Order: sequence, then C-alpha cells, then structure tokens
Amino acid sequence: MSSVEASPVVPLFEATGLSKTFGIIEVLKDININVRAGEVHAIIGENGAGKSTLMKIIAGNQPPTRGEMKIDGEVVTFSGPVDAEHRGIVLVHQEILLAPDLTVAQNIYLGRELHKGVFIDDRAMNEGAAKAVRDLGSDIDPNTIVSRLSIAQRQLVQIARVLLVPHRIVIFDEPTASLTPHETEALLKVIRQIRAKGVGVLYISHRLPEVKEIADRVTVLRDGRLVASHNTSEIQPADMARLMVGRDVAKLYPDRHAAAARETVLEVEQFNVPGYAQDASFQLKKGEILGFAGLVGAGRTELMEGMVGLRPSRGTVRHLGKPVNFRDVHASLKAGIVYLSEDRKGKGLLLTKDLIVNLTLASLSKFAGVLQIDRKRESAALDKAIHDFDIRTGRKDILAGQLSGGNQQKLLLAKMMLLDPSIVIIDEPTRGIDIGNKEQIYKFIANLAEEGRSIIVVSSEMPELIGICDRILVMRSGRIVGEVTGDHMNENEIVVLATGVTKGEAA
Amino acid sequence: MANVVSEPAKAPKTSKDWDMAAIAPFIALALLLVLGYFANPNFMTSANLLNVVTRSSFIAVIALGATYVITSGGLDLSVGAMLAFVASLMILFLNSGTIADPALALTAGMALAIAIGAACGLANGLITTIGRIEPFIATLGTMGIYRGLTTWLSQGGAITVRDRDIMALYRPVYSGSFVGVPIPIIVIFVTAAIAAFVLYRTRYGRHVTAVGSNEDVARYSGISINRVRTVTYVIQGLCVAVAVLLYVPRLGSTSATTGSFWELQAITAVVVGGTALRGGVGRIWGTICGAFILEIVGNIMLLSNFVSEYLIGAIQGAIIIIAMLVQRSLMRK
Repeated sequence: MSSVEASPVVPLFEATGLSKTFGIIEVLKDININVRAGEVHAIIGENGAGKSTLMKIIAGNQPPTRGEMKIDGEVVTFSGPVDAEHRGIVLVHQEILLAPDLTVAQNIYLGRELHKGVFIDDRAMNEGAAKAVRDLGSDIDPNTIVSRLSIAQRQLVQIARVLLVPHRIVIFDEPTASLTPHETEALLKVIRQIRAKGVGVLYISHRLPEVKEIADRVTVLRDGRLVASHNTSEIQPADMARLMVGRDVAKLYPDRHAAAARETVLEVEQFNVPGYAQDASFQLKKGEILGFAGLVGAGRTELMEGMVGLRPSRGTVRHLGKPVNFRDVHASLKAGIVYLSEDRKGKGLLLTKDLIVNLTLASLSKFAGVLQIDRKRESAALDKAIHDFDIRTGRKDILAGQLSGGNQQKLLLAKMMLLDPSIVIIDEPTRGIDIGNKEQIYKFIANLAEEGRSIIVVSSEMPELIGICDRILVMRSGRIVGEVTGDHMNENEIVVLATGVTKGEAA
Repeated sequence: MANVVSEPAKAPKTSKDWDMAAIAPFIALALLLVLGYFANPNFMTSANLLNVVTRSSFIAVIALGATYVITSGGLDLSVGAMLAFVASLMILFLNSGTIADPALALTAGMALAIAIGAACGLANGLITTIGRIEPFIATLGTMGIYRGLTTWLSQGGAITVRDRDIMALYRPVYSGSFVGVPIPIIVIFVTAAIAAFVLYRTRYGRHVTAVGSNEDVARYSGISINRVRTVTYVIQGLCVAVAVLLYVPRLGSTSATTGSFWELQAITAVVVGGTALRGGVGRIWGTICGAFILEIVGNIMLLSNFVSEYLIGAIQGAIIIIAMLVQRSLMRK
C-alpha cells in the first residue's frame, strides 16, 4: 500500500462502505465518499439522514461499524478526535464550545498556549488571535470576554480556533445556522480561501442556495443512505431539496388569506429593554403574522423577552386594550401570550426528560387532579400532540434530547399550544431544521393565524419572513427602523433597513 | 446480536442507564447485608437490624429534605446545626413551664419545633433566592449562625428536659413501637412515602425536577424558580424538625455538638441514593437506601474487628466519593 504515492487521482480522503449501527438501528449504510484537495464537498440531508454520524466518524469521534477510510490512499483508523486532528482532519462544531469567562485570545489558544519560558506570552497570543479573526473578516478585539460576544461572533472565534491547527481537511457542521447574510458571506469567503490553499472541505448545511454557491460537489444523504452525488454545477437547489426529502417540495410556504379590518390585540408603545431595545412601538392584529427582521444582535429576541417578562423593561403594552406589565412568564402565559425561545435546547426543552414531562411542563395545572397529576390525561395529550404536530418518534418514552431538531421544535410548539394562547411569539422557528419539517412548521404557523391567533415571528431568514408574514418590522441596533408590507416585502428593502446602508436614516 | 469480530461495543445504552442508576444503591445495600451476615452472626438478627434502621432515622428524614433541595439544584449545609438549634429551643420551651399540663406542653413544644424548622428553612431559601447568594455560601453562613446560637443558648454545655412527666410521655416516640415496628422506622417510611408522592406525582414535584434540570427552560415555561427553590428549603426545614421530634425523646438533651457533620451524612445519603448533585434527578427511595447504607456500614464496623470504629467518619467520607464515581460512570454512556 505504501508504495502508492499520493497522485492527482488519489483523493485526499476517501471512505468506502462506511456503515454505523446503534443496537439494531442502522444509521449509516454503505457510504462511499471522497474529498479531493482544493475542493468543497457539501453533504446535505434532512435531520436524521446520518450527516452528523458520518461527520463524527470522519472526525474520529466514533468508529464505523464497517467500512474503511483512507488518507492519501492509505487505510487509517482513528483512536479518537485528537488522532484524527494529528492527521489533519479538523471539525468545526455546530455548537459553540468556548469557555465564556475567558477572552477571545485565551479561548483560541486554550490548551496550546504560547509561552516564553514559564510565562504565558499574552502579547503573541493576542496578536495571533487578532490575525486569526481578521482572516475571517471580523474585527473582534482579542481581549474581549467571550460571554460579551454575540452568537455569530462566538462562532467566528470557534472557527478561528479550529483553523489554528495544521489542517488538510476541514469539516464544517452547519456553520451558518446562526449567521446573518453578511456574516455568511464573510464565512464563505474564508472557506474559499481555505480551498485555494489546497485544503479539502466537507461542508454540511441546510441552506441549499449557499451550498450551490460554495460547493464543488454535493452529496445527498437520506435515511442513512447516499442517494445522489453530483457536481454542483449540474444541479439546482430545488433538485437538491427534492433528493433530500424524496418528494417534491415546490411549495414551501403555505397560502395565506389576508383578512381586512381586524381588531388590534396588542399595542406596544415606547417600549424599552435597557441595553437592548429602545422606544419600540408597534401593533399586532388578530389573526396576523407579523415578522421581525434584523441582524443578529439587533435586539429582536431581547424585545420579545422583555415583553413577556423575561427581562426588565419599561414602556407600555396594551393587551386587548388593557395595559399589562408582566413580571414573569407565568403572568404572560396566563394572559395568553407565549414565547418560544430561539434556544430550543437551552431554554425550550428539558433534553434529559421524556416527551410527556416536556409537553405538559408549562400547562401542568390543566393536568392536575385533586392531589396529583393525571398521568392518563398527560399520556393522551402526548398522543394528540404527536398526531396534531406530526412529531416523528418511534417510541413515546424517549428523551426530548433524542428527537431530531425539527421534531424538538414541533414538541415545543405542541407544549406552548397546550396553553391555548391568543398571541404566539416564535423566535427563529426553523433554525437548524430541515426542509421537510420547515414546510410543516410554516403550515402550523399559518393554521394558528387562521384560527384567529396572532403570531410574531422573529427570524434571520428573510425568505421565510417574506414567505409567511403579512407584515415585517425591521430592527437595527435596538430600534424598529421600518416596516415593509405588500410588494415591498423583498430581501433588498429589508437588508437596506437592517444594515442602514442608505442615507436617510433617522436613528 | 453483537458482531464477534467487531470492537467490543461500549454498549451505548440509552434509557437503560437510568434504570441502572436507580437500582445501584439497592444492590449496594444487598451486598452490605451479605457482608454483614458473614462478618458477625449477630448482624442478621431482627433486633440488630431494627436497631440499625431506627438509628438511621434522623439522617434518613433529614436526607429526604436534602433530596428536594439538591434535586432543585440547591444545597443545604446548615441541617446539622439547624437540628441542634431547633431541638435546643424546643427543650427550652418545655423547660420554661409556660404550659403546666405535660401533654399540652409537649404538643405545643412539638408544634413550635415544626414552626421554627420551617422558619429556619425559609430563611435559607430566601437568602439563596431573593438574596441571590450561592446556596453553598448562604447555608455555610446560616450553619454558623444556627450552631453559634445553640452554643450560646446552652452556654457551651447541655440543654436537658427537666420535667420528668414530659419525658415519660415523650420517650416512647423514639423507643416505642407499633405492632412490633419501632416508631422511628414508621416515621421514616411515612415521610418517605409523602415525599415520594409529592416529588413524583404532583405539579410541585415536577417543577422541582424541572428547575434542577434546566433553570432556563423552567423559567421560560412560566415556573417561578425562586418560589420552587424557596419551598424546597422550607421542606428541608420541616424534615429537620421531624428529625428533632425523634431526636429529643431519645436522650432528652442537646449540646453544642449535637448534629455535627450530619449535613455531610445527609448529603452522602442523597448522593449514594442516586440523586444527581447537579440537580434534575431526585430519588426518594434511593435516599432512604443511602441512609440505611451509612448506618449499616457503621454497624458492621462495630460488630466486626476488621476496622477500628474510630474510622467511621473516614469511611463515610470515602463512601460519598465512591458514590459520586459510580454515579458518573453510570451517567456516562
């Protein structure tokens, strides 16, 4: 084997017949995939298609059950992620894995600190870190404490940290899931630079236009099998979506009937969430879907959290004409206003608890008997939720953390709908969710509005806001800077408002 | 099922882990009983076992409260000092002669103990929640306060029930039995049954688990975290008071050192029982099992000649560390 030298025909990395089984469940079956030096190879597929498992095997986190992997034509096995890293395979995790109390530079060099004798060389590390983040098109001060950074900035720091290791193959696991278009563009530029250096890139994403833009080849996984592998130039995003889902998804967004002359259910005036949102004023009508667009960090989430009593706030909120001031979520839930956090795993669901506990947590009083919780009714509620929201789970006694992202979002939706709210605020309803589930969630949202509930959707994905909303408010730096409706609901007008790149800005 | 050729799979069990963690303490208890049986023939006698369980009642009842506090993500180091404090006040009241009739005085004294226990727990709860002080520090502080007040009340000596009529009336609460079962054992099981019912079957219990499991999720679900946590400390205070009701009739006396290191034993019982110290998973019957294990280990050491009984503290300290190691290895996939 060793006599075969790396030649242009031998891919940098090649895997053949990779399979992985957990117990009796086969999550990957006979995957053949390779990465050449200087190319971006995208892996797409719905949640549960096996992308993550495949990446974990390639990055050495898990051994395959069958199959082999070769680097430069030589068979390799990894004892763990560190071993894979030594061989030049690095993984940029989807989750942020940084120490929040340390600075950017300290995080980037964590575990491989530069030193002069016994002393840590802070200056060199700060310079190195500054360069590393600058290379990613960002100007984050390396002395900033990570907990002060936005999610997008943290992600960039994480990428900078990974790229500091000598690497030949970089795996990106949905790196743009929480980035704004501008940040995404910057990241794609970085990836092109990496590619130009002859590095092989494996790129996992749900965002198909982005895949079309960055990838040279695209491989589609479905149910643990490789269903197609194409040069990106030969395939359109719509075809990718069809291959992923296994059927046509021509119509992602549901039809909406705009009803006229509806009553106002929520009036917000001069509302402030200190440090995050200033002087927010808007109205929400019955049966309306109102979008909130803006860049990450524009204060949309904080504004919503302030309104439902999760953050200290000042200002006037009138609910059905009556002034309200929610001290905590309990009060807002009672008034029929629910907020679904963008942070599903951290703030929405108890991942280590079962589905029933999660489903009924916010509405336990409805399941309380004289003394104890009525478990039969809880169980019936779960059956109904699984049916109504099409939660795909083999068993009903699994933990919420074992559900795929899309099904977790459906469970969270079901949990909040048990409260029968009149106003539903959904933050990033489809973040990290595949197309099939997205389509369903849009339909649920439209149905809720149809039923006469009022919906606020906060999202960084402009097509989704444009697709489902009646009206979109745009926030920038804590202020509502504009409203787009009708024909003006297009990405251009929103971006102009969100970034403030034109002249006539008041703020 | 598993392929013979493949690497020994690390058995990534998912829901099975849960069961194992719950069963482990009971297996440990069974093994200890077997060990005791071989160590000394007197161990397996009903007289000895009933005695051992009776003696475990203080820690068992206190540890039930600790299970609540720990499950919700808190910690209470003040329980030993609180027991001494509440017991001292109760005895001082009995000695004060405010109520002449012994039965009435005793009833009032018991009610007072319950009220003071609840108040002490409430103080702990409010300091940690409203005062936003880490439970470790807050209860370290109140531990000093309760202990110091006890020392001051007793002027460094002992506080003893002086009224013989009251003592005669009260003594059976510890030493008496009902249909052959010592009353403290009945108290253990009744309080544990109530604790299990509340934790597993009621809204409040569900909230306790949710708050300990993920505070943010609980808050975003409209649960008042401060209220849930504060009430766990009140429950802890009530459990300490119940332990006081069993403790005072035993010797009729308290001193400045009463209940020393009982916080360590209570936390050990909770952790040995499989409750996660980081919160979110509470096991009431595991806690009871843990309290039994602690007392039985001491008993076996006394009955056998392997180890000096002066090393009991060291052994108990070792047990909590071993329990944590076992718990972690079971938690990991």
